[in-house]
Amino acid sequence: MAIVVKRPKLTFGEKIYLSSIFKGMMITMGHFWRALLGKGTVTMQYPEEKWDENLPEYYRGAPALVTDEQDRERCVACQLCEFICPPRAITIIPEEIPSDDKWAKVEKRPQQFEIDMIRCIYCGLCQEVCPEQAIFLRKDYAITGTSREEMVHDKSRLYEIGGVREGLVNKWNELK
Amino acid sequence: MEWIDIAVTLIKIVVLTFMVLLPMIAYSVWAERRVAAKIQNRVGPNRSGIPFTKIGLAGLGQPIADGLKFIFKEDFTPAHVRTGFFWLAPALTMVPALMTCAVIPFGSELNIAGYKVPLVIADLNVGPLFIFAIASLSVYGIVLAGWASNSKYPFLGGVRSTSQMISYEISLGLSIVPIIMIFGELNLTEIVKWQDSNGWLLLPLWGEGLSMQGWLLWIPVVISFVIFTVSMFAETNRLPFDLPECETELVAGYHTEYSSMKFALFFLGEYAAMIIGSGLAVTLFLGGWSLPFGIGSDLVDKPLWLGIAHFFSFIIKMVGFILFFIWVRWSLPRFRYDQLMRLGWVFFFEIALANVFLTAFILLFFNNR
Ligand code: SF4
Ligand code: SF4
Repeated sequence: MAIVVKRPKLTFGEKIYLSSIFKGMMITMGHFWRALLGKGTVTMQYPEEKWDENLPEYYRGAPALVTDEQDRERCVACQLCEFICPPRAITIIPEEIPSDDKWAKVEKRPQQFEIDMIRCIYCGLCQEVCPEQAIFLRKDYAITGTSREEMVHDKSRLYEIGGVREGLVNKWNELK
Repeated sequence: MEWIDIAVTLIKIVVLTFMVLLPMIAYSVWAERRVAAKIQNRVGPNRSGIPFTKIGLAGLGQPIADGLKFIFKEDFTPAHVRTGFFWLAPALTMVPALMTCAVIPFGSELNIAGYKVPLVIADLNVGPLFIFAIASLSVYGIVLAGWASNSKYPFLGGVRSTSQMISYEISLGLSIVPIIMIFGELNLTEIVKWQDSNGWLLLPLWGEGLSMQGWLLWIPVVISFVIFTVSMFAETNRLPFDLPECETELVAGYHTEYSSMKFALFFLGEYAAMIIGSGLAVTLFLGGWSLPFGIGSDLVDKPLWLGIAHFFSFIIKMVGFILFFIWVRWSLPRFRYDQLMRLGWVFFFEIALANVFLTAFILLFFNNR
């Protein structure tokens, strides 16, 4: 059986809209007075007031590389992040780790690792795709520069932002 | 005319247009942004105050900063426009609005050392007609802008604007007719003087307004006022009637192709039209420069303080009306185009016409003069 939905019958007052126009104007007026008395304003005065303490755990800021507890760079230059990055912000030049190196068995590491912060859209796909948990999105959001070159984060800058991350993947760690 | 009269007129033109009207235009933009922000629980421009200091002055420097920005921006003319008309259009929206301010009485008169300076630039005997004649020229600016831009969104905006302004011009004109019948006068200064001693049209609380006829006339006056105000919104392309430029459908409507100061001229022209509209509404319905309850209306020789009080009374009323414009803009949603046309042609036109007859009837049968 089909259900017949009853159309609401509008009264004359509702049909000519005037009462709703009046109600709407009273609402905006209420907001105006409350804001004028300094209540209910949600704006933050940005450079003076910041929301940094309240940034959630999952906030996606600047992507950065991290080292592990033994100061080894986690990135193995697999270039998965380079290929998944939607705006092609990442450029990696891999190199082989020389055989006399302590971590020779890892075989590969990035010689150059650049993220163009003008291109990056903070999507977090690089973090998601990385098999080594080497790249993370940090909470830094105020990334500025006066030239295009300055906005390209190179490897040292990326490690500087990223710092050390402990106890994630232990597959190269002989102690564990 | 003696040379002193010519000099005084020149001074009045400079003072009233450049030192009263233009700052009011600039600061109504500021007021618009601040009030809109408050309505939406935001803050609005509150920083630009004195340059190179941290003194914000509640953002009062914003109009100047905006103006500077507009002047220094690149004035880009797209290759596909018709240059001559493209350049003419912004001027055609701004100039009529500034010209109409010539007949608005900003105050009664200033008695400076025995020389009486009436605070109206041109005391024409056809005040409202002059305003309508000149103000309707600004539709050419919009049409030319839409047409000369040679691209589809401006063109649509221009077409919409033409039909909208032509439709509402009719109800605007007709809503004034009862008022003119009541005053029996087309000189705006005389109209205000009459209201000064006999009660404002919307507040007939003293003088001759306190009579059977005065009270009965209140009904057509209120109808006229509503029609006049709504048509004013449509004429100045303000929300809820901003169909010529509605951002959501037409990018920016007729001024899509404009940049820098040319765009600013459209923008400011709209505000200038709004201010003049408010001025006219205040003059016709709310007693212009007169003080409430006929204070000082029996003085034939007005002292200087009264002249100044009259001037500020006018400005305050006008600012109140402008704030009303802003309040409406940030409260009501936009009309659909067919609703707009229906409202103009099916309701307002007929009601305004009937209102003329109603007024004539009251004037004829409840005559107490
Ligand atoms: S966050 Fe997204 S856009 Fe930025 S570098 Fe990673 S994958 Fe590329
Ligand atoms: S950061 Fe991760 S995904 Fe990118 S190259 Fe290094 S190991 Fe591969």
